[in-house]
Amino acid sequence: MKFEHTKLTLLFLFIAAFAIWQTVNDSEKLAGREYVKQVEGQWVPADEIDRQAGIAQVSTSRSIGLWVGAFFTLFIFSFLYKDNPFYKMAESTVVGVSAGYVMVVGFWTTIIPNLLGKLTPGLIQQWAMPGLSPEQAPGAWVYIFPLILGIMLIMRLVPKASWISVWPLAFIIGTTAGLRMVAFLEADFLSQIENSIVPFVEIDETNSVDYWQSFQNIFSVVSILACLVYFFFSIEHKGAVGKVSRFGIWILMITFGAMFGMTVMGRIALLAIRLEFLFREWLNLHL
Amino acid sequence: MGIAIIEKLASLDRRWIFLLMFLAVAIPILLELEFPEKPTLLAQDVFDEIEKLEPGDKVLLAFDYDPASEGELGPMATSFILHCANKKLKMYFLSLFPVGPQMVEDGITKVILTDFPDLVYGEDYVNLGYKPGYEGVIKVIMTDLRELYTTDARGQNIDQIPMCQDVENVQDMKLILNVSAGYPGSKEWVQYGATAYPDKVKMVAGVTGVQAPYMYPYVPKQLKGLLGAIKGAAEYETLVNEKYVEGEPKPEYREGVRRMGPQLIAHLLMIFLILAGNILFFLQKRIQRL
Repeated sequence: MKFEHTKLTLLFLFIAAFAIWQTVNDSEKLAGREYVKQVEGQWVPADEIDRQAGIAQVSTSRSIGLWVGAFFTLFIFSFLYKDNPFYKMAESTVVGVSAGYVMVVGFWTTIIPNLLGKLTPGLIQQWAMPGLSPEQAPGAWVYIFPLILGIMLIMRLVPKASWISVWPLAFIIGTTAGLRMVAFLEADFLSQIENSIVPFVEIDETNSVDYWQSFQNIFSVVSILACLVYFFFSIEHKGAVGKVSRFGIWILMITFGAMFGMTVMGRIALLAIRLEFLFREWLNLHL
Repeated sequence: MGIAIIEKLASLDRRWIFLLMFLAVAIPILLELEFPEKPTLLAQDVFDEIEKLEPGDKVLLAFDYDPASEGELGPMATSFILHCANKKLKMYFLSLFPVGPQMVEDGITKVILTDFPDLVYGEDYVNLGYKPGYEGVIKVIMTDLRELYTTDARGQNIDQIPMCQDVENVQDMKLILNVSAGYPGSKEWVQYGATAYPDKVKMVAGVTGVQAPYMYPYVPKQLKGLLGAIKGAAEYETLVNEKYVEGEPKPEYREGVRRMGPQLIAHLLMIFLILAGNILFFLQKRIQRL
């Protein structure tokens, strides 16, 4: 074992020891435990009021989940120090669980109810989904085509017949491209042009000029035109065109800065929830 | 001496920056730092759009996110459910993300089962679950819900669920409330829902910080209101709590506001680091010229 890995192992052992100590000594009896209560036959998380009322109890399985979640969070964080086996293990587990989960969900939410449930509803109702109607809908035979296309797609796994999978792929690409082109033209091209046509002089409810809104409208239109000029390469960016194009760059840079700021805000929120989880839900720490 | 310090700072191990960021987020959490939130126009628009609805109106809550973005979007989703439950709206949940139904169940447990036990599953709210197919799902259910949703997430026949019996498609909904972490999400709901049926479909959305700049151009014509990142969540949460929660709101209903404390300190640190990095860069240039 490398020296770096030994250091990380010792760090995790120290954190585990502290967590156990905190769980045992926490005066509120909240650290390292998950409490549940029963509502209409379902076990749901219990809050402080439920605990005081005596209707909450510690859930062993959820408490184990809490500890596993906490250590996996720490394992992932350990990558910030250096790549290590703990991180690799957590990463592999996430990838494996996600792949398995998506496969199972896809099978039970699409293949069973939306394909086999349409073709043989009676059989599927008896075998897997008692809630499904056993009567076949008129025209449901068309679902034979997605079934055939699906089987052709799986041929990708057979090296000698992998060429068959190209046909359903072509179908998927073609339909998706068509669908997206129409939606893009409607929602992002035509509608955005319409949204950009705004009055330069905005009149408010009291029939007077709303100077701030008017300025916003003018600035918005000028900015759009300046950015478009920047991307217009048929004319050399010199003189007046060059100046407008330079203004366009400034607008683009300000936009990128705003986007960066929003991204930072998002990432900090993600870090905050993990730390909240570790400090509050797991260790019940307060200063 | 000065040159040595500049050189040392320029080659500073990035892990010290990580540690600083950790402290900038951890300390406000431990100290429970909170700041008041003043709602902006976009958050107010979202709130007002839901306020306009009457009890019994149908709303579609499309929760297109997963645990990876729960930190940003969870507070919005919770506030949406709290607002709809208080308004006594009929809530139809669905998701285009595989883990979405768990997010829906989490929200139902956190808000409806805990604080609105009188609401009945199948009569007041229903979880239609997840369907793969990205924008294809939206395209289909805009005209025929039963083409894809034959059962709910619990396997119950959709025709046997009372609140689904008079629903033919998503155009029957008074409002779409979308919580989105990326693709497929708000952009696709705008493209295939709100834009395609402008007279029938109205929509508001809550999105991640990464997505927000791409969604602003759709406001106000294609999107009636937008909550951008945790800031938007905190503003909307404040509006809902002020109107519907008596006394001090539960911690579950203050997640957005609570997470704005670490935001402030971490942003101050970011600004300091950007300034320090630039100053260091110019000082290094000057040293090289000497």
